[in-house]
Amino acid sequence: MTDDLNETVPATGGATQAGGVLAAPLPSTPPRSQWHEVWTQFRQHKGAMMGGIVFLVIVLGVVLGPWLWPLDPAGIDFRARNDGPSLAHPFGTDQLGRDMLARMIDGGRVSLSVGITAMLLALVLGTLVGVLAGYFKRLDNALMRLTDLFLALPLLPLLLVMVLLFREPLAKAFGIETGIFILMVTAIGITSWMPTARIVRGDVLALKEREFVLAARSIGTTNTLMIARHILPNVISPIVVSATLGIANAIITESALSFLGLGFPPDFPTWGRLLFDAVDYMQQNPERVVMPGIAISLTVLSVNYLGDGLRDALDPRIRGR
Amino acid sequence: MNLRSALLGAAAFAALAPAAMAERGSDGHVNIIYWQAPSILNPYLSGGTKDIESSSMIIEPLGRFDQDGALVPFLASEIPTVENGGVSEDLTTITWTLKEGLLWSDGTPLTSEDVVFTAEYCMHPEGGCAQLSKFDAVESVEAIDDLTIQVNFKAPQPNPYLPFMGGQSPILQKAQFAECLGAAASTCTEQNFNPIGTGPFVVDEFKPNDVISMSANPNYRDPAKPAFATVTFKGGGDAASAGRAVLETGEFDYAWNLQLAPEVIEEMEKGGKGQTVAAFGTLVERLEMNLTDPSSDLPADIRATREAPHPILSDVRVRKALSMAIDRELLVEIGYGQAGRPTCNLVPAPARYASPNTDCIGQDLEGAMALLEEAGWTDTDGDGIRDKDGMKLSLLYQTSTNAVRQNFQDAIKAWWGMIGVETELRNISGSVFFGGDAGSPDTFQKFYADVEMYANNFDGTDPQAYLSMYRCGNEPKPSSQWQGENINRFCDPEYDALLDELAKTGELEKRGEIAIRLNEMLTKDTYTIVPLVDRGRVSAHSNTLGGVVLNTWDSELWNVADWYRIEE
Amino acid sequence: MLTFTLRRLLIAIPTLLASAIVIFALLQLAPGDPMANVPLTVPPEVKQKMREALGLGEPVHIQFWKWLVQFFWIEPQVLIDNIFGTSFAEGKLRVLSWQTRSPVMDIVMQRMPQTLWVVGTSYLVGIIIALPIGIYSAYRQYSVFDQAGTFISMVGYSVPTFFTGVLLIVIFSVNMPRESFFWFPSIYDTTHQVDSWSAFGFQVRQMFLPVMVLALYNAAQISRFMRASMLDNLNQDYVRTARAKGLGESIVVMVHVLRNSLIPVVTVIALGVPQVFGGAIITEQVFKVNGLGHLLIGAIEANDLPMVQTLTFIFAVLIVLFNLIADVLYGILDPRIRYD
Repeated sequence: MTDDLNETVPATGGATQAGGVLAAPLPSTPPRSQWHEVWTQFRQHKGAMMGGIVFLVIVLGVVLGPWLWPLDPAGIDFRARNDGPSLAHPFGTDQLGRDMLARMIDGGRVSLSVGITAMLLALVLGTLVGVLAGYFKRLDNALMRLTDLFLALPLLPLLLVMVLLFREPLAKAFGIETGIFILMVTAIGITSWMPTARIVRGDVLALKEREFVLAARSIGTTNTLMIARHILPNVISPIVVSATLGIANAIITESALSFLGLGFPPDFPTWGRLLFDAVDYMQQNPERVVMPGIAISLTVLSVNYLGDGLRDALDPRIRGR
Repeated sequence: MNLRSALLGAAAFAALAPAAMAERGSDGHVNIIYWQAPSILNPYLSGGTKDIESSSMIIEPLGRFDQDGALVPFLASEIPTVENGGVSEDLTTITWTLKEGLLWSDGTPLTSEDVVFTAEYCMHPEGGCAQLSKFDAVESVEAIDDLTIQVNFKAPQPNPYLPFMGGQSPILQKAQFAECLGAAASTCTEQNFNPIGTGPFVVDEFKPNDVISMSANPNYRDPAKPAFATVTFKGGGDAASAGRAVLETGEFDYAWNLQLAPEVIEEMEKGGKGQTVAAFGTLVERLEMNLTDPSSDLPADIRATREAPHPILSDVRVRKALSMAIDRELLVEIGYGQAGRPTCNLVPAPARYASPNTDCIGQDLEGAMALLEEAGWTDTDGDGIRDKDGMKLSLLYQTSTNAVRQNFQDAIKAWWGMIGVETELRNISGSVFFGGDAGSPDTFQKFYADVEMYANNFDGTDPQAYLSMYRCGNEPKPSSQWQGENINRFCDPEYDALLDELAKTGELEKRGEIAIRLNEMLTKDTYTIVPLVDRGRVSAHSNTLGGVVLNTWDSELWNVADWYRIEE
Repeated sequence: MLTFTLRRLLIAIPTLLASAIVIFALLQLAPGDPMANVPLTVPPEVKQKMREALGLGEPVHIQFWKWLVQFFWIEPQVLIDNIFGTSFAEGKLRVLSWQTRSPVMDIVMQRMPQTLWVVGTSYLVGIIIALPIGIYSAYRQYSVFDQAGTFISMVGYSVPTFFTGVLLIVIFSVNMPRESFFWFPSIYDTTHQVDSWSAFGFQVRQMFLPVMVLALYNAAQISRFMRASMLDNLNQDYVRTARAKGLGESIVVMVHVLRNSLIPVVTVIALGVPQVFGGAIITEQVFKVNGLGHLLIGAIEANDLPMVQTLTFIFAVLIVLFNLIADVLYGILDPRIRYD
């Protein structure tokens, strides 16, 4: 259990001690900061480090890519239509002769930023609703019925209405690109938090009946502290899974929305859109569907390993093993 | 590819003779796939192409258009004309005579009463008939005797072949639909799903938006036809999977309207299971220039109406320059291949009505730039975008979501970039763009953009109604709930006068001249409409399916009775 | 638990009514027009008449009231008539689709079988694959099996079904010779009747590709939650206690740990069941299964509001129902959870 995570002197008690049979040796060195411990453990997690490096490479690639690979992603070259991979175009070209590598770099920026921001928004919303509903009985019914309602809303008409109401004002206030970015992220975020909320609530319902919560309450822990120290760290693993799945979901949803004309203008490449456009060309130019597929999968995989590492590092019982 | 389709057609006809000897139902089963699924088998209640074409296998009109746009009698014994006396000299009546001995699929005889009833059904004020415009000019329809029907028009009608002609206007059985007049029309599910017809097939089972199972009509007028005993008409999915099912996996025999990039179709054809057929009609992909100001800074009742002229596009030189910058040959190559050809005309066919104008075909970037300079648009601040009086030459260019259209947008944006025009692109879901929802800012009628692209055509072979769309006053505006067909808000009294003249002219030569003039006023004189591609239709059939004659003037399944299986 | 269930069922009524109102309002607000698919050759005045014939001109609250009456009063009568052969509903106006002018519920019933066959099977297959993989991956964390499982499920989840579906078609329907045992149809035959073993064989074959695509996707998601939850529990003190007591490893893992790990998994599975009924929109489209998902997306595109309203409302009922079932299951899995 992670409830003893914040105890500065671990040997003085806590639920682990109460249930444990073996006596822990008395600490001989001064205790180190908890986050220092977490970081040490995280660094030892091979998968997490690999995931972190890959993720960093992808992020750096899409951010610095335009300097390393200066071809214009919108540069049309009618003589080089549907070319396979070559030195001039390592990823080949599309049906208008545009360089696929440059488009992947360009598209990655949009996909990654939309994917991560929307995922974070959904995660925060979902966790907030889930914890509140699970922890406070009075809120449970209202919040869960709200969740049911959101689950029931038809996605497409909802998005159409959002676009209808907010596209022009947002585009006016923030400029077309930022405006649409805000709209997209909000749209994906507020339509995908519900599963996280239900899952977190289920876990919290069970957690709050556990002994350590009872123990914490008996020493007068406030609700805020209880949620922050005892509940949240224990629901981290479903949240991490939701996060990894959420990124993949957001990237694909973004492309579906743009395809329907609800998202970015059609000359904005994104990974999801590149993949969608390439499906028809699967037989003659397989690299065109494979590349964005790999990019999305790699991102999701690396985030998944990062999450795994984070989860393990936050678990004191694994730590130091 | 014209030659090719002609050859294919000829081959099909040559092979037809032995098949005609065959017995009804001797060729077993045929599978047809439409990637849009039929929802209803009564074209009077839907108007959608998928519904009109699927029902054309079951119910038939008096006459149809063939693959060249010529009129051929189906239920009628001949096409009435002024020469044979079927059309009165003053063009106010047309008299149709039915073939003798025709039976409905339930075995009862077809009479003139059924034809009269069909008119009554569609003209009922509460019925919501989709083909009402075909009956607009009709004063009354009367049965002279069991086989003769006379249609009286309100005024002389130079083109009397509107009601009961083509897949849009087939004959319904009076006995079956008698209870379905007016408001009751939509409650007649059984009738709408299983209309009794005179066509080669009858419905066994109809699953709306999914599949129709049909079998040969036992009472079809030609005892040797149809060659197929049963048909599965599957709907749904997308054009790519429909094409694959015919050309690559061979699961289906016929796939409708393969709107796919030419190289994708080419790759599919390598599958060797089938071949594509192409034909041209009147469908033209075009750019529509907004002559009014769509700026969101304007009050809602003035925005995009004729009270606010467009600050940039009101100048014909700018419109012309935009057209000159486009390489139409290349657009065809990117988007349509054998199913497209560059055009400068709004009315590309039939030949009588098509202008010979080809001025726009060659791309002329230099000329376009010179024209913009002349119009006062110069790049004063060196950012690559022309400006004038502090205003940038920047346009919003919108269209519906469709892979080919987005490619066109990207290409045209690049060309306009070369002449110093900045373009912002936008794509909108077709169900919103083409819908008439007055509350939505994104419909093509509202036109809250500077340029938009879509395709349109006209039914049959006469362009009068089509050209009348651009009449002054017919533009979408707040007072008409944004309904209207004059999308560009074009207004020219001379054009309207010429339209009135066309409506009075019966002589075909003269009609052709006027139509060409009208077409040129919209295109090469004013560049209000910038035609891009004359879009043909590509469909595919399996190597073992014979008798297919692709027809863009009527239902593609117009001659399904003649289809047969080629023995391998 | 019984009183809890009853109370929740009672609360469900206002919840669902509120959902119906919100959905209706949303559909009214959404831009779109049932005439969008009618060709441009049909003039606007005619389209306007067609809209009026559909009842679009009526005030919004009357349209909603009509739908309520038709759905809650007339449709149940039709159902009773069908079961008992009575004629309560004769001549009464049912919920009619704007696209097909036929009763919405008839079409829904027509689509239900193929959705349940394909999407239902794939969901079951997905669960059956996912649970063992999730359990074993957690038990042998960071083993080769776990790493492979992680890789496959992550790729399976992040690659969208519009890609995997077409890929399988290219492999198994296009490039595979037609005579081969491994050839599978790319187009689902909804008219096929299962009335013999060979017909059943064909049914299995035509379901194979879509079920594979969907099962991969579902299994990926569920196995991740299963693994994470198992990992949380495997290191708990009670596991050590159970082992110390001398319980067999299989009992410790499969009874103690599994039971305590199931709460998030039950949530995920329960959340997914309404989606089974809702169909898998993209996969149904790729393989032309034409189930409920295809029906819904078609209705949304055609702005067939009565159809969309009815379908989404049915889904809302299922969502409320299965979330209730999940809540009841929590109490069974962990008796400490109480709702009173």
